[in-house]
Amino acid sequence: MDSMTNMRMSEASIEARDIKMSTKGVDVFYGDTHAIKDVTVDILDNTVTAFIGPSGCGKSTFLRCLNRMNDTIEVCRVTGDIRLDGEDIYASRVDPVQLRARVGMVFQKPNPFPKSIYDNIAYGPKIHGLVGNKAELDEVVEQSLRRAAIWNEVKDRLDQPGTGLSGGQQQRLCIARAIATAPEVLLMDEPCSALDPIATAQIEELIDELRADFSVVIVTHSMQQAARVSQKTAFFHLGDLVEYNDTNHIFTNPDDQRTQDYITGRFG
Amino acid sequence: MLPLTALLIFGLAIGFSILARGRAVQVSAGKLASLHSRPAYHGLYSFLWVLIVGLVVLIVLSVGWRLWLDAQLMADIRAALPDAPIIEHDLILNDAKAISDGTLASRTGEVRTSIAAAYGSGNTLRVWVSVALAIASAVGVGFVTLAKISPDWRARNRSENIIQVILWFSATIAILTTVGIVLSLIFETLTFFNQIGWRVDKFLYGTRWSPLSGVQEGVIDGDKVGALPLFTGTLLITVIAMLVAVPIGLFAAIYLSDFAGPRVRAWAKPMLEILAGIPTVVYGFFAAITVAPFIRGSGEALGLSVASESALAAGVVMGIMIIPFISSLSDDVINAVPQSLRDGSYGLGATKAETIRQVVLPAALPGIVSAVLLGVSRAVGETMIVVMAAGQGANFTANPLEAVTTVTVQIVMLITGDTDAKTAAGPAFTLGFTLFCVTLILNMIALSVVRKYREMYD
Ligand SMILES: Nc1ncnc2c1ncn2[C@@H]1O[C@H](COP(=O)(O)OP(=O)(O)O)[C@@H](O)[C@H]1O
Ligand SMILES: [Mg+2]
Repeated sequence: MDSMTNMRMSEASIEARDIKMSTKGVDVFYGDTHAIKDVTVDILDNTVTAFIGPSGCGKSTFLRCLNRMNDTIEVCRVTGDIRLDGEDIYASRVDPVQLRARVGMVFQKPNPFPKSIYDNIAYGPKIHGLVGNKAELDEVVEQSLRRAAIWNEVKDRLDQPGTGLSGGQQQRLCIARAIATAPEVLLMDEPCSALDPIATAQIEELIDELRADFSVVIVTHSMQQAARVSQKTAFFHLGDLVEYNDTNHIFTNPDDQRTQDYITGRFG
Repeated sequence: MLPLTALLIFGLAIGFSILARGRAVQVSAGKLASLHSRPAYHGLYSFLWVLIVGLVVLIVLSVGWRLWLDAQLMADIRAALPDAPIIEHDLILNDAKAISDGTLASRTGEVRTSIAAAYGSGNTLRVWVSVALAIASAVGVGFVTLAKISPDWRARNRSENIIQVILWFSATIAILTTVGIVLSLIFETLTFFNQIGWRVDKFLYGTRWSPLSGVQEGVIDGDKVGALPLFTGTLLITVIAMLVAVPIGLFAAIYLSDFAGPRVRAWAKPMLEILAGIPTVVYGFFAAITVAPFIRGSGEALGLSVASESALAAGVVMGIMIIPFISSLSDDVINAVPQSLRDGSYGLGATKAETIRQVVLPAALPGIVSAVLLGVSRAVGETMIVVMAAGQGANFTANPLEAVTTVTVQIVMLITGDTDAKTAAGPAFTLGFTLFCVTLILNMIALSVVRKYREMYD
């Protein structure tokens, strides 16, 4: 535990914040596989929430429930209650397409579109009709790139393909792309697992800044990363939510023996 | 006799390889590990040498002797009948061989009988000597290889070298054949251009195509070899075919890759591939017998005059033929667009249609372009459909309801027509060369596009 206490810890305690998303009794099935079992979690506004747990425990699956990305998987069935600002996102009148503009997503592997850097960012605002003219679009593109801390690196080559950037730059481009649709929640599925340590540090710093404007949910298999960037941590194991608490609490004094075993590296 | 000998040599090779294995086991004195090469390689080494030496001796000797014998007999014939034309000499030699072999000769006569006798004795000698020498050398080489076997003998490396030479030889034959075909195309094309006084422009831009009408043997009228109507006819039919094939093929590919469930896909894709396996001659008579009359009938109902063989009929059927080609290749490239790109787009709140149109298709575009280009080169080179359904008249027109002709059709007409081959060959080879250049360029562009595309996602 010594190395853990030496690490830069996030704020000691989380004062009461608004609940941005709430889930109650969520179950997910892939065909006959029961991937998520009765999970209840509240995601707070302006907070970074980390999902940790051994691989295959259902972190990605649960994350993808939050913006209904699981709808694109045919065999996947989601039950339970998931709300964004108190509104049931699985209600029939909710259009998953509009929901995903409000709950953006960044993926494990950087996946810039084979378009110019500018068009990568402009893609979301354009399809959602968020801007009226070119000048506004330019403004949105610049703002998004600035907030993703990549503006200075790409401002002179906005017309070049996004696929030509380095891995870390590509991932920040993808974050900028997600920011451009003005989401309220940002979901990140292991956003640093394909990146080198320097790019990882940049992304982590960025995530900390993004907290000011969004509610961020990040899946990570690195406990150090969870400790560094998050204020709340949820530990999943075999589809169960074992423990959900302040990050400090989880890493210093977990309630559950399985959490204790996992963060001390005894399994996983 | 000679094929039988080849078989015998093969048998000898197997026999020696068995002997060599046995001998290798024997020299190892019970310790197989002491051999540099395993016994099987000693066997292979003997096998290769016996087979190669035997066959090479057999072929070189029998073929060389045959040529020499023919030359001798031709000299005799020429001495006997110095005044007859060369073609007559050839005929006499053939008849003499027929008489000697006991088959039917076109005529008999004194000269023929005497040549036949000479051929008979010469040929018997040739066959027996070739057979004897081939077998003797095969056996000789077999014993030499046996004698070399010792624990240190590197039979494996040596057999591998021999096999490498055989592979190299095969590759060389393939390449040389290609080079030879291209060279002969170029040569014949140059000869043809020479015949029309190097007026290449008359060939490329002239509008009158009847190269063989009223020409004497070996003479071509430069004013009648305007191939422009053939080029425009080919272009017209290709454009019609692509207008049919590209939208349908592409939409089918999009449906298959992004909309069809796994069960539909499981039978629809093989179905499309079966469509690609239908011989083009079947499409051809389908076009001529079903589609062309239908188009003519519906055209007349609308008050249009439609030729009974039209560019439209041929083009539409050709388009149908190319659909599976384009849909199958496009389906592959659309499937190769990583799922992560689709996820990225859905994750931003894009609909399926937006995702396909703005992310998937642009990403797959290079591959689709190359599929279309390969489709075009198929259309340009397609023959059977146009022979049957497009007509033969070299009309210089852009009207799809008229009969047109294509480069490939005219090549068929030239070669199968009753003008002597030497005269017809010039224009035919030149058209063939033109076609070759066009398809080569199309294929090269398509392949380089595909290669670029691969680099992007690997
Ligand atoms: N598309 C899918 N189809 C079927 N099963 C899946 C699918 N995606 C994930 N699963 C299963 O769901 C479980 C949870 O997977 P996942 O959410 O990816 O775990 P994690 O992200 O924690 O590594 C695993 O057992 C996995 O095999
Ligand atoms: Mg995962």
